[in-house]
Amino acid sequence: MLGFSAIGFVLLIFFFLLREGLPTFFEVPPGNLFGTRWYPTFDLFGTMPLILGSALVTVTAIAIALPLGVATAVFVREVAPDWAREILKPMIEVLAGIPSVVLGFLGMTLVAPLLRKTLDAPTGLTALTGALILAYMALPTIISVAEDALDAVPKSYRDAGLAMGATQWQTIWRVVVPAARSGIVTALMLGMGRAIGETMAVMMVTGNAARMPLSLDSLFRPVRTMTATIAAEMGEVAQGSTHYHALFGIGVILFLLTFIINLAAASAIFKKRRRGGLR
Amino acid sequence: MNRHVVQRLGFVLLSLAALVVVVPILLVIGTVVVRGVGAIQWEFLSAMPRDGMKAGGIFPAIVGTLLLTLGTALAAIPVGVGGAIYLAEYARDTWLTRAIRLAIINLAGIPSVVYGLFGFGLFVLFLQFGTSILAGSLTLAIMTLPIIISTAEEALRAVPTEFRTVSASLGGTRWQGIRYIVLPQALPGIITGVILGLLRAAGETAPILFTVAAFYLPRLPQSLFDQTMALPYHLYVISTQVPGMPLQVQYGTALVLLALVVSMNVIATTIRSYFRRRRQW
Repeated sequence: MLGFSAIGFVLLIFFFLLREGLPTFFEVPPGNLFGTRWYPTFDLFGTMPLILGSALVTVTAIAIALPLGVATAVFVREVAPDWAREILKPMIEVLAGIPSVVLGFLGMTLVAPLLRKTLDAPTGLTALTGALILAYMALPTIISVAEDALDAVPKSYRDAGLAMGATQWQTIWRVVVPAARSGIVTALMLGMGRAIGETMAVMMVTGNAARMPLSLDSLFRPVRTMTATIAAEMGEVAQGSTHYHALFGIGVILFLLTFIINLAAASAIFKKRRRGGLR
Repeated sequence: MNRHVVQRLGFVLLSLAALVVVVPILLVIGTVVVRGVGAIQWEFLSAMPRDGMKAGGIFPAIVGTLLLTLGTALAAIPVGVGGAIYLAEYARDTWLTRAIRLAIINLAGIPSVVYGLFGFGLFVLFLQFGTSILAGSLTLAIMTLPIIISTAEEALRAVPTEFRTVSASLGGTRWQGIRYIVLPQALPGIITGVILGLLRAAGETAPILFTVAAFYLPRLPQSLFDQTMALPYHLYVISTQVPGMPLQVQYGTALVLLALVVSMNVIATTIRSYFRRRRQW
């Protein structure tokens, strides 16, 4: 019976988000709700800047974390000597456990001033700062999932590659990594889900200005994400007000987004299970 | 270019990538330790905060985090391990089991702040627990559940089938086999998973924002229905909400939180590697 509780909880979470969030979609006309201005005090609930803010930070973070993560996974699984593996794996596990508020704090006190100086910008609290911190928060997920995928590639593939006269390097990139492709896509998905849902670190380092990140230099300016908006404003809002419902509405959007991302990741996992091997 | 030269260069590049991953982790830990260690005195760990949290200690935040972690453990372990036993030992591969697995993957991916909203909606408002340790612990417990279930299930599955067969051949019921043979063998793996889940809960801020955390409460909680301070939230508060906060107090708080979480991590990995080396199968 306890196993079923998992389904129960997912439904329960969705139900309670909808219960508090659904009214938004009746109280706020869609033109306002998907508008470009989020000023709750003036009854402007445009979620676009928040959605795009989340997207900008997440995509940048993944653009940093994916190559780095896959390269590290390949290094750990295929190349590294045993002693390096013994150091790397626990380190990555420690990184996964560092609370996001600690990373956010260091992002504020170390990374932001550094970026401000090097970029000569008015503030170091920018989308890029957030993306950098997020990249490191997504790395443990990406590395461990990608490593599992590489691990599942049969040894005979590698032997065959080497027997054809390919170097180890050629075998890795032309045989092993392509064979682990679907697992790496899963890693990408789960890393993205992790990045888009991250709250505290992002709230502390992105500057939280709800503006449309459309110009080219948006990356070097403050943005505000969906998660940060909920965390920052929920405490001050009157229960049952339109603003309150709007925050839950953002929660519904976040829930659905991560649901879709995870569903995609899960279907990749199930598919390879059914095929009876990790390909 | 000679392909062996390419390979040499490529391997150098890969190890550089690994360095880029690891060096910041060391920097993070190193900075927090170096800058925070000066704040760590007995008073800092055992006294109530004073002067708008600029002086005194962080005792109530430490106690709060320990209480929340304990509450999370009490709620999440029975459900999580029970669920894992069901999935590993009893469940057949039906659409329902697959739906459960899907639900677990999804639970693991739900943003922490959404857990906060949910906990606020269900525990604080609907069940009228108020912002309380009870509401916070339960919210954290649900967040921890997928980690505990999946690691515990993995530990149970790692126990060879022969153990179950032999138990059954000696006349044991299925439950006896699980209770006296499989569970003890899987216990180190389960404990590792539980600790890894709990350390996530101990470090989380977003789920406790609206369910339990108190901005400033210089006394210990009296009951399950009290608010409490907590280390992660306290670090957030003193680093963003209070102007003129001495940097050393901030780093000191970060160090205490980091030490708590990293030591849990080390304990978990030590248990795992110790028993992995010692197991007979």
